[in-house]
Amino acid sequence: MTTAATIPALHGMVTVGVPVDRAFRIFTDSFGTWWPAEYHIGQADLAAAILEPRVGGRWYEQGVDGSECDWGRVLAWEPPHRLVVTWQINGQWQYDPDPEHASEIEVRFTADGPEQTMVELEHRLLDRLVDGRALRDGITGGGGWSAILELFAKAAANQE
Amino acid sequence: MDTYEDAGLGLLGDPTRRAIFELLARRPSSVGELAQQLPISRPAVSQHLRVLKDGGLVVSRPEGTRRVYRLNPDGVTALRAYLDRIWDQALAAFHKAAEAAPVDPQQEAE
Repeated sequence: MTTAATIPALHGMVTVGVPVDRAFRIFTDSFGTWWPAEYHIGQADLAAAILEPRVGGRWYEQGVDGSECDWGRVLAWEPPHRLVVTWQINGQWQYDPDPEHASEIEVRFTADGPEQTMVELEHRLLDRLVDGRALRDGITGGGGWSAILELFAKAAANQE
Repeated sequence: MDTYEDAGLGLLGDPTRRAIFELLARRPSSVGELAQQLPISRPAVSQHLRVLKDGGLVVSRPEGTRRVYRLNPDGVTALRAYLDRIWDQALAAFHKAAEAAPVDPQQEAE
């Protein structure tokens, strides 16, 4: 599939009432404690989500049955201010090992006073995910997206 | 606490529109079919569909006497909207965790 158009990056921002080094640590070391458990790709329920604290580290989930599924890799590890990881989960909710299909997530932590930190997130290079043919197949075939949205619907229902 | 600046992505923030989006992801449907599965009227369904269509998430085409709606098959906007939703929830969860976490005894470990 050819995608000429560039998909605009996504941006998110949140301010938390903790010092910058602590915000970075909670985001990374404790990633599995706050990541919404409904967003996972393995067949098994999510037991843990892990971000290995180094460049080249794995970003992956562990299922309750011990299975592991990769999400991406750590590209930049600069505590306590910057983190870049790849997001290689395609439209069929599967890990795509091809680095050409890897989107990137950059997270920046900026001290906004001694006890406050601004956390900015950018999810970019989304075109690369789409270039993975699976996205189109998933949507038109109704397979992958249906499965994702089942999870999504369940999660949304549980919250409301 | 968390904000997205991008236009057009608030589309799935509305619970009814989200429900319609999810139903269409499972199966292309007409307005009537959607209305049967939702606690809202057909005109209300139509109105939400128009918004989703304007936002590029949904396309429609006539089939016989009815018009059938489905997710935009180029997938780009839909994927983006979905990821946006994930980050929205993830950052909200991170915010909650950061504010609730007890003070770390290894505070100066780095």
